[in-house]
Amino acid sequence: MTDQIPSKTHQTQLRLDYLAKGYASFINRLKQLFFNGYAGLVYLFLYAPIILLVVYSFNESRFPTYWTGFTLQWYRVLFDDHLVGAALKNTLIVATSSTIISTIIGTMIAIGVERYRFRTKPVVDGLLIMPIIIPDIAMAIMLLVFFKLIKMNLGLYTIIIAHVAFNISFVAIIVRARMATLGTAMEEAASDLYANEWQTFWRVTFPLLIPGILGGALFAFTLSLDDFVITNFTSGPGSTTLPVRIVGMTRRNITPEINALSTLMLISAMTLVPLSLWLQRRAKMS
Amino acid sequence: MAIEPRTRRERITLGVLLSPGLFWLIFFFALPFLLIFIYSFLDRGKFGGLVWEFQFDNYIRFADQLYIRIFIRSIIIAAITTVICLLIGYPMAYWMALQPSRTRNTLLLVIMLPFWTNFVIRTYAWRMILARQGQINQLLIALNIITKENAPTYLNTNGAVILGLIYIWLVAMILACYASITGLDRSLLEAAQDLFANPVRTFFRVTLPLTLPGIISGSILVFVPSFGAFVTPDMLGGGKADMIGNLISQQFGEASDWPFGSAISTILMVVMLFGTLLYFRGLRREKVQS
Repeated sequence: MTDQIPSKTHQTQLRLDYLAKGYASFINRLKQLFFNGYAGLVYLFLYAPIILLVVYSFNESRFPTYWTGFTLQWYRVLFDDHLVGAALKNTLIVATSSTIISTIIGTMIAIGVERYRFRTKPVVDGLLIMPIIIPDIAMAIMLLVFFKLIKMNLGLYTIIIAHVAFNISFVAIIVRARMATLGTAMEEAASDLYANEWQTFWRVTFPLLIPGILGGALFAFTLSLDDFVITNFTSGPGSTTLPVRIVGMTRRNITPEINALSTLMLISAMTLVPLSLWLQRRAKMS
Repeated sequence: MAIEPRTRRERITLGVLLSPGLFWLIFFFALPFLLIFIYSFLDRGKFGGLVWEFQFDNYIRFADQLYIRIFIRSIIIAAITTVICLLIGYPMAYWMALQPSRTRNTLLLVIMLPFWTNFVIRTYAWRMILARQGQINQLLIALNIITKENAPTYLNTNGAVILGLIYIWLVAMILACYASITGLDRSLLEAAQDLFANPVRTFFRVTLPLTLPGIISGSILVFVPSFGAFVTPDMLGGGKADMIGNLISQQFGEASDWPFGSAISTILMVVMLFGTLLYFRGLRREKVQS
């Protein structure tokens, strides 16, 4: 008797369990579906504007609004636009030189601060972090006021000086992070093997730092290409960069030429950044 | 490990390493910073020049209703942006953390790609979409919700500025939350479940408090640049949704009132530095506790 009744309840229990399990997995499925859909929407939000921007660069109409037909004429207009050409040249000059200068200076100060202990270190730390914290607009106007005070003509030099001033901090932060993860074991081993300081640095420390330095340089280059606010206030006539040019173009009239320019800039960023990330990872592994 | 420079040689090495960076930061950051601070106490001359006479008028002037309104609007816009970024970004980061580790890196890269592209371009995209003849209205007309005649423009509103800021800074929030959610100890969640806490309770009593550092750093990463924003309100607000950044820029442009502009910049920087200081102190306390 005690055998039968439990077995019967056992059966219903099993059935109920089965149902409950089915229900639970159904709910889980639903939750997963909902979550995936949600993530899809977020990706859509991030990418839809970019895709629309690209699509309307091929619009035949003079405006990037109603779709009238496919054309490549805006790219032709863009290549004939000598102002854009000049802006591209300026952008590359500014980004390359400010990246080189800030990578060298930033790496040096990072090594100094990370390697040595000294009394004024908190001051140096504060000075390094400040350009990252304060808003672009404040940095832009303080440099403008300063350049005007020392009567320096605004132009490519002032833009490069300004870009180096904010890039040093970012390079230093990235290189310091790399140094902190490395530790000193390798260097100690080198000096145990009678390498002098100079040899130890160039043969051991520097090669190990390369991924951090490359990462810092990439970040500096991207920030420099991206910057509008600080460049806008520290540039003079004839030293416009691409972001400044784009904002200027949107103030006049909006044509698909801006879309064409944006598309080319998007494509270069979207191929260059993953490429350099991949190169960095390779450098880190070897 | 950091070492004390003992020998003369080591001291020289340290000096050589630090001096170019210090030179640059002192000349092209610290001095301009001080200059702005000094200018903020000066008076504007009749023709936009400077009068070297110390006074607090510029700060008193900021207390005007007009400027206070812009200041408060900046705070509200930045706060709404931050809250919406958190509400969208946190579940997104949670979803990403739940994916198998192989796909996670790809998902991260796909999230970060828009972040790496020029933000002027991304803001311009919204200017195109939100215009009267833009793609949103085209969609609404196609769906017969509105007609071509009464299509509104979404540009030059607070909403457009908030949308633009969310678009630019959402990724920062997702990345910050993602970092703290992946660091979460899963066994604690299982323990909560074993103790019969329902999922909602588990989330609010365990998950949320443990990922609070990510939420805080994400919020600061979004709030600080939103508060000091200049390009987004300029391009999407069109002078009708001015924020403090635009106010500063006007003083160095049309208004040509450098001392007043310097005073507003000083106020802005003090707010930012104070906020970040609070954040670092919070982080340190967090570290001490764990």
